[in-house]
Amino acid sequence: MVGETTGLNCRTCGAAIDLRGLTHTRTVVCSSCGTIQDPHDPTVRILQEAWARMRITPTIPIGTRGTVDGHRYDVIGFQYRTIEVEGETYGWNEYVLFNPYYGFKYLSEYDGHWNLVTPLQALPEMAPGRTSAARYAGKRFRHFQSADAATAYVLGEFPWRVRAGDVVHTADYVAPPEMLSAERTEEETTWSHGRYVDGRDIWTMFKMPGSAPRARGIFADQPSPWAGRTGRFWRGFTVLALVLLVVMGLRFATASRKPIFAGAYSFRPGTGEPSFVTEPFAVEGSRPTTVEVAFDTNLSNNWTYFNVALVSMDSGSALDFGKEVSYYFGRDSDGNWTEGSRRGAVRIPSVDPGSYYLRVEPETDARSRTAVNYQLTVREDVPTWWPYLVILGLLAVPPVLVTMRAASFETKRWQESDHAG
Amino acid sequence: MTSPTGQCPNCSAPITFAWPSAVQTVCAHCRSIVVRHDVDLRAVGIVSDLPPDSSPIQIGTRGRFEGDPFTVTGRIAYEYDNGGWNEWHLLFGDRSSGWLSDAQAEYAVSRLVEQPGRLPTADEATVGRRYTFGSVSLQVTTRTTAKYRGVDGELPFEYWDKSAVLFVDMRSPAAEFATLDFSEDPALLFLGRFVGYDELSLEGVRRFEGW
Repeated sequence: MVGETTGLNCRTCGAAIDLRGLTHTRTVVCSSCGTIQDPHDPTVRILQEAWARMRITPTIPIGTRGTVDGHRYDVIGFQYRTIEVEGETYGWNEYVLFNPYYGFKYLSEYDGHWNLVTPLQALPEMAPGRTSAARYAGKRFRHFQSADAATAYVLGEFPWRVRAGDVVHTADYVAPPEMLSAERTEEETTWSHGRYVDGRDIWTMFKMPGSAPRARGIFADQPSPWAGRTGRFWRGFTVLALVLLVVMGLRFATASRKPIFAGAYSFRPGTGEPSFVTEPFAVEGSRPTTVEVAFDTNLSNNWTYFNVALVSMDSGSALDFGKEVSYYFGRDSDGNWTEGSRRGAVRIPSVDPGSYYLRVEPETDARSRTAVNYQLTVREDVPTWWPYLVILGLLAVPPVLVTMRAASFETKRWQESDHAG
Repeated sequence: MTSPTGQCPNCSAPITFAWPSAVQTVCAHCRSIVVRHDVDLRAVGIVSDLPPDSSPIQIGTRGRFEGDPFTVTGRIAYEYDNGGWNEWHLLFGDRSSGWLSDAQAEYAVSRLVEQPGRLPTADEATVGRRYTFGSVSLQVTTRTTAKYRGVDGELPFEYWDKSAVLFVDMRSPAAEFATLDFSEDPALLFLGRFVGYDELSLEGVRRFEGW
């Protein structure tokens, strides 16, 4: 009984045809003349001269032995299938794999992308939701593409009757790296489950010579190299941001904010030279520190601009800066209002320890005749929050980049689908 | 194991039933289909040669389903437009009966549901319809009109000389499986699930040249 159907002669050209699919084979294609025939039924014979002329060479030759999921499978059949999307024809290769105990599996190949396809015995359910999706084995597969797939070219053996130009309606659903495909004919719907396989693994499985060609573009169920990384990067960011917050809290809690100079002044516009210099004061410590120069004024519906220079008595160098302080108030239909503040302060980062004085030149509205009284206070070791914000921003760069790249990968993936934005 | 024996009514070769409840067997010598009524054995026909077949299962194959050991005692072969399949009769350790269907090496184990209640008619059970049997919810996926091709070994009922039979197959999201067999009226309901080859721990399977 065993091995009795191992071959036949082509009923068109007489060439010897090997049979690898045992009695499961319902269609076999003569490798010499391309005639499609049923090995069990001599009356079924389809001349496919046009197909024979196409001569597509399978990447994995028919007859190749491979190891798939730990079991030996032989490549026994090959078909080239095409779909039309918006007037363009796309084609892919499909291989029939056979093991007499474990049955049939299929491989699909498109531009260097491979999927190992197993017929599904379970029946996936349509998942509820805004987008079309299927549910299987606890996973949600999003609808990717529906099309009419035509068999354009066949080689080798098939466990079903391949007819000329067979067309089936296909619908693909993806949950990378997996895919569900429904193939609908008038009689039935069959589901299969695909798993994305790297070309290099295909080369290993089938002991192919050379190396797998690089995959081009992004395939429907190709796993994103960024998937999982986004979460990892943001978790890292969160940890670092918390550390930063603790460091910042310690800094603000322990800063001395020690006053090193204070003086009370009065300024009346239009009376002589407004600029003056303060008494010298010392910035202490051994490291550069942040110095705050604060003005507490009695401004009332007026403004003052303080031109200030922090002059080092050691080097003679001056750091110029300015600060406008303005304060307005009044009453209108909405009630009392105020704008601005009577107080203003400037923080100067990284002031070296040493002796300093300030040169101050206040300005105000030339029409104003009121004197501006103000208290000038200089403090050292004043904490500032902005360096922390800058560090936080820098820390956010890697996760933001990864998130953007992940999003762009998904955009490219879905551009090929029926749901391209 | 008791093995009621007798003689083939056609050729007088000894007939041995491995299974006391078997109603039908095939004479190993002359290929007569022998049915048993009480103690009488009657030859009702000759098995036409079964088509060459590539199932790894064969009569005598042993295995386990959900822990219960079984032996394959008989077979019904069907064929339809696009292929064929086998229903292998399983005799479990507790003497109960089951079926292992093998369609191009896709395997399912099912059992006859004795009192299924009202079953859908052949016209009602169209593709896409949903039915619940016990706690199992299934959807009709295929309707196959199959030709009975032949039998072999011991079967729990008389099954021979059938013509075309309608089978309505149903599946569930959890790979459960049901078949309505319209060879009888009312139809027979078989309920079970799909199984992987390794899950059955089969012994005594057929060997294929080169495999």
